[in-house]
Amino acid sequence: MVQFLGVLFDGLAYGSLLFLISVGLSVTLGLMNFANLAHGAFAMLGGYLSVTFMGALGVPYLATLPLAFLGAALVGGLMERLLYRRLYTESHLRQVLFTIGLVFMSMAATTYIWGSGAQAVRLPQFLQGQVQVGGIQLGIFRLFMMATIVVIAVLLGILAKYTRFGAHIRAAVENRAAAIGMGIDVERVLCITFAFGSGLAGLGGALGIQVIGLDPSFPIKYLVYFLLVVVVGGAGTFKGPLIAAAVVGVVDTAGKYYAPAAGSFTMYALMIVLLLAFPAGFYGRRS
Amino acid sequence: MNPSSMFVKLASTAFWLTPVAFYFLFPGHLLLGSQILVMALFALSLDLLLGYAGVISLGHAAFFGIGAYTAGLLAVHGWGEPISGLLAAALVAALAGLPVSFMVLRGGNLARLLITIAIATLLFEASNQATSITGGADGLQGMETWKLLGLFSFDMSGSTGYWYCFTTLLMCFLFLQRLAASPFGLSLRSIRENEHRAAAVGVPVRQRQIIAFVVSGAIAGLAGALLAQTTHFVGLEVLSLHRSSDGLLVLVLGGVGQLYGALVGASAFMLTQDALASLNPVYWEFWLGLLLVLVALFARNGILGAIDLSGRLAKRGRR
Repeated sequence: MVQFLGVLFDGLAYGSLLFLISVGLSVTLGLMNFANLAHGAFAMLGGYLSVTFMGALGVPYLATLPLAFLGAALVGGLMERLLYRRLYTESHLRQVLFTIGLVFMSMAATTYIWGSGAQAVRLPQFLQGQVQVGGIQLGIFRLFMMATIVVIAVLLGILAKYTRFGAHIRAAVENRAAAIGMGIDVERVLCITFAFGSGLAGLGGALGIQVIGLDPSFPIKYLVYFLLVVVVGGAGTFKGPLIAAAVVGVVDTAGKYYAPAAGSFTMYALMIVLLLAFPAGFYGRRS
Repeated sequence: MNPSSMFVKLASTAFWLTPVAFYFLFPGHLLLGSQILVMALFALSLDLLLGYAGVISLGHAAFFGIGAYTAGLLAVHGWGEPISGLLAAALVAALAGLPVSFMVLRGGNLARLLITIAIATLLFEASNQATSITGGADGLQGMETWKLLGLFSFDMSGSTGYWYCFTTLLMCFLFLQRLAASPFGLSLRSIRENEHRAAAVGVPVRQRQIIAFVVSGAIAGLAGALLAQTTHFVGLEVLSLHRSSDGLLVLVLGGVGQLYGALVGASAFMLTQDALASLNPVYWEFWLGLLLVLVALFARNGILGAIDLSGRLAKRGRR
């Protein structure tokens, strides 16, 4: 039982990270029905920015987190303006080719700049170690990470529900043509949400170095996980990816813990079952 | 025979003479030649699925890999007869394609992408783990392919392999050409153009898509088996995401939905890859990515589309 609670905790920590990285993808997918397979590359960028600021400039780890957010958001916004928007009205095939191309380029460029090895970070003293709660060992860093992500998730929920900008996003997801007709600048909404989503992915990449690792194969290794969270959760929603990320995180961790020989099988099997059971996602609409 | 159909006959004959010319002009590059032919066959199988049936897949390497491992395992375990190995590979790939088609066709485009990636990744992981059967990351070694028809051995020069691949490709192409021109092919195109209208005029949409999926899987399996038999090796790479995305890239590069596009695209892609990889193999991935991005942004109808467009412009100029 105690062991199970420990696995549950690790799974939820992993799930919260998946949520943070995938939520931007969900919004882009909901807004434009755009399959951005390169979303993980922005997370990777955030991670490497964090490592670089720490290594080369001696910035403390926690201070690099906002920098990872800003860097990834800036690059995301620029890419949206310059490249992504040209493909919004194109077929899924072109979108897939384009974003897979970006993934390959980002992987090669990362290998060129930072080498092919895995990166590590030095955590500050007070985030290391574990605490004992009711007989379960909880990693302090994981607790910190989950707390950060919960705060961000609550802020996102408030942003989406109570602000004018949030209303614009929801309107554009619901019916883009009508939203444009009502005078909402959907192009601006798109650019900002894309940048913001990329920034959150970057933050997730930086936060996750200790938990899910960081090396040039990152965007491919986790591609299926991000897509799964979004597609199973229901694109364009907020609650869907949250629940899907928790399920995916717990099942994947439990699978690796209890049946290590099966590798990622548990995960992929779950995925096929979930996709067959919820073709339109937990909260999605049929497209 | 009217002049335009005469022209088409001449052009297609000339086209199919290029691989023959390649054999005599570049006898030292027959391995590359065989790889081009294998890639062309793989892209051709995708063209049936994507270009005709309109079903997107980012995991078609699954069937390529199943074919390659089927032929490879048969040869390792004492049955190296090439042609029956080839047919067995197609059969196994088709049998695998049937249940997969039900899963894939259920959802929308995004779910299809995800399911196809998931199935291919699942197989990749499986063959990576099952080292005792597949050799895992080291690849399947010790394949022995018998003489073709009992006469021609697959030697180092690669000429038997080249003609073997060429014949298989040509036969599959002719089959697909017939298929595309048949009422079945027309019904596939009507589904691609508009699924709901096709259903409304009485096309059994799901059934046609399933058949296209299975046939496409079988042909991809043939391509994989050809690679295994001519190189005497099966690596994990046959199941990789790279292999799937290469197939899509080749198809879009050449031109989707016209069969010849797969062949033109495969030649262009493999020759570019050969040239760039010899410059710096480590960063080939970067150039591949760039190629994908540029093709997605700018290649309207692929190389064939560009040729067609320039031809029409020239005609207009003459008037």
